[in-house]
Amino acid sequence: MPTQPDHQIPDITVFLDPAGYPVHELPEFSRDREALVEMYSAMVKTRTFDAKAISLQRTGRLGTYASSLGQEAIAVGIASAMTKEDVLLPSFREHGAQLWRGVSLEELFLYWGGDERGNDFANARQDFPVCIPVASQFPHAAGVGLAIVQKDEPGVAVAIGGDGATSKGDFYEALNVVGAWMLPVVFVIANNQWAISVPRLDQTRARTLADKAVAAGIPGEQVDGNDVIAVREATERALTRARNGKGGTLIECLTYRLGDHTTADDASRYRDDEDVSPHWSEEPLVRLRAYLVAHHGWAKEDEETLLRDCRDQIEKAAETYLATPPQPAQAIFEYLYADQPQDLIAQAGEMDDV
Amino acid sequence: MSECTMIEAIRMALSRALDENPDVVIFGEDVGIDGGVFRATDGLAQRYGASRVRDTPLSEAVIAGMAVGAAAHGMRPVAEIQFTGFLYPALDQLANHASRLRNRTRGRLTCPMVLRAPYGGGIKAPEHHSESIEAMLAHIPGLRVVIPSSPARAYGLLLAAIRDPDPVVFLEPKRVYRAIREPVEDDGVALPIDQAIVLREGADATLVAWGAMITDAREAADQLAELGISVDLIDLASLKPIDRGTIRSSVEKTGRCVIVHEAPLTAGLGAEIAADLAEHCLTSLLAPIRRVTGFDTVMPYPRLEAHYMPDTARILKAVHDVMEFA
Ligand SMILES: Cc1ncc(C[n+]2csc(CCOP(=O)(O)OP(=O)(O)O)c2C)c(N)n1
Ligand SMILES: [Mg+2]
Repeated sequence: MPTQPDHQIPDITVFLDPAGYPVHELPEFSRDREALVEMYSAMVKTRTFDAKAISLQRTGRLGTYASSLGQEAIAVGIASAMTKEDVLLPSFREHGAQLWRGVSLEELFLYWGGDERGNDFANARQDFPVCIPVASQFPHAAGVGLAIVQKDEPGVAVAIGGDGATSKGDFYEALNVVGAWMLPVVFVIANNQWAISVPRLDQTRARTLADKAVAAGIPGEQVDGNDVIAVREATERALTRARNGKGGTLIECLTYRLGDHTTADDASRYRDDEDVSPHWSEEPLVRLRAYLVAHHGWAKEDEETLLRDCRDQIEKAAETYLATPPQPAQAIFEYLYADQPQDLIAQAGEMDDV
Repeated sequence: MSECTMIEAIRMALSRALDENPDVVIFGEDVGIDGGVFRATDGLAQRYGASRVRDTPLSEAVIAGMAVGAAAHGMRPVAEIQFTGFLYPALDQLANHASRLRNRTRGRLTCPMVLRAPYGGGIKAPEHHSESIEAMLAHIPGLRVVIPSSPARAYGLLLAAIRDPDPVVFLEPKRVYRAIREPVEDDGVALPIDQAIVLREGADATLVAWGAMITDAREAADQLAELGISVDLIDLASLKPIDRGTIRSSVEKTGRCVIVHEAPLTAGLGAEIAADLAEHCLTSLLAPIRRVTGFDTVMPYPRLEAHYMPDTARILKAVHDVMEFA
């Protein structure tokens, strides 16, 4: 009699344990001090931006803001694996990836401060803006993948979403077409264990979110999302597969949302500090710093210089943002169509009349 | 009788509905222990249990589609969509199923469900959190669309929506949630679901509005009164079906009409009301009907949001225009 097929959960990719000890031989790129310091610096910069954004919001100078506290390794790991030809389709918690791709601190502040110009990136011009309607970015990624194939380009589309996003049809349907058409697309799930107040286990009974790849016929794997080396290594493998015409991959990055969902949320309504505190020992900055200290002579002065540098950059960017006047009111009419229709010109005139 | 906000009045009506009918179930994203992102369901999961107040997985198609199934099979689902910006995946279920089940089965299966969703701008929310999409919903035959403008009307209209035998989309003006307090009696008395509400009577012009725009329209009416201009102020309240009679009789009396909505101009409900008046009240009209609405633009991000929103100044200008016309 056939037995129940035992669907093994494959190993979780991880290189550095929470204390920063290597548990496997490190991949090539991470033997280079400079590469590691670059990733570490990007994570520190992301966290510093985060703190500043929250303090601006609290003092009424920024809009509702989604913190990425504790998830910096996912954003930086993914972006550091990508090349210029690739296209990033973020959700709303990947500030670190956007920064790595060349989006400026001023642009991020503008966006979160409620100004559309924050989406008009000076660099990374093919990247998509933040996507608020959960999971709706995944079909776009499939479309970018299609365009890449049709135009015979070398790039890969990389879309990121949360654990909650995997419950939406958009996610499954896009995953399915990526499989069916073997599109050069990587889907990354930043599983931070919460969708606002709904814990991961109430979201789905699936054993892993990576398992959701099975039905689409593409590989799915779990990665320690607090290990930036693991995230980068897994993303690089997925990108290589895609570039070699082997199709899409689903990567589930395991992490934990250390902060509130957004500045509009109060997580103490639905989870206790005791739920959260153990996860502080697993967060991504601590472990890479420990590794750098142990293996690359990362000194107290290095850390201090880096922090000061990040703070200076971010203070300066915040000042620039705060000194940027809003667009003129007429701007609300100017970007709906390539050519402004007569009807809108008339409405714009009426606005001036009052 | 206690003074309360709209969000408290909504919670009171939900609680009353859960008490009076065991078939009532509430579900949606974060409506359980978190009490909903605006706290409309605060404390309800704790009080009525997780089987009657349920957090769903993150899927608006599921929220609306499950409401259809549960309603057709004897429940009274009161489902929540967190913001109207995320309602679009639910449109399939509303347009293809909720609104048609009675008609398709010639009354055998029905769909007594309520889909609640906060809508509208004015609170500097992030993108996709401030749109007014009532016209899109009102265009669907077989749906009811209801919008309260005050705490007491939210209480009475929500109870009416829950008791109604047909599907109701109940849009809540989030700008009003905590902005107004008024006495609300938790007496279980519903308001009629298909009647406009005359909030103020006057002689010179008719102002028609709904939701948060009632606040601005009332302010305009106050200022006009000081100038000796008196208006009928009508809260449409039920946007589908529309209480055409109340509007027509008002305009037959005043001869002038200004319609105010936050949603964009083109194909908005103002157009429907204006067309109805043109068809039925032409001989009473002393001046062209005017619409004061949002522009045909994407809802601007917070920094420019205020330029989009119709306000008292724009309403006053329109009323002065029609007064000066004749
Ligand atoms: C389609 C849709 N429904 C609801 C919301 C409101 N909302 C914003 S984020 C969120 C939870 C998302 O959870 P998850 O996908 O795990 O991402 P996380 O916030 O944890 O990064 C919800 C319900 C939304 N933005 N889009
Ligand atoms: Mg999550």
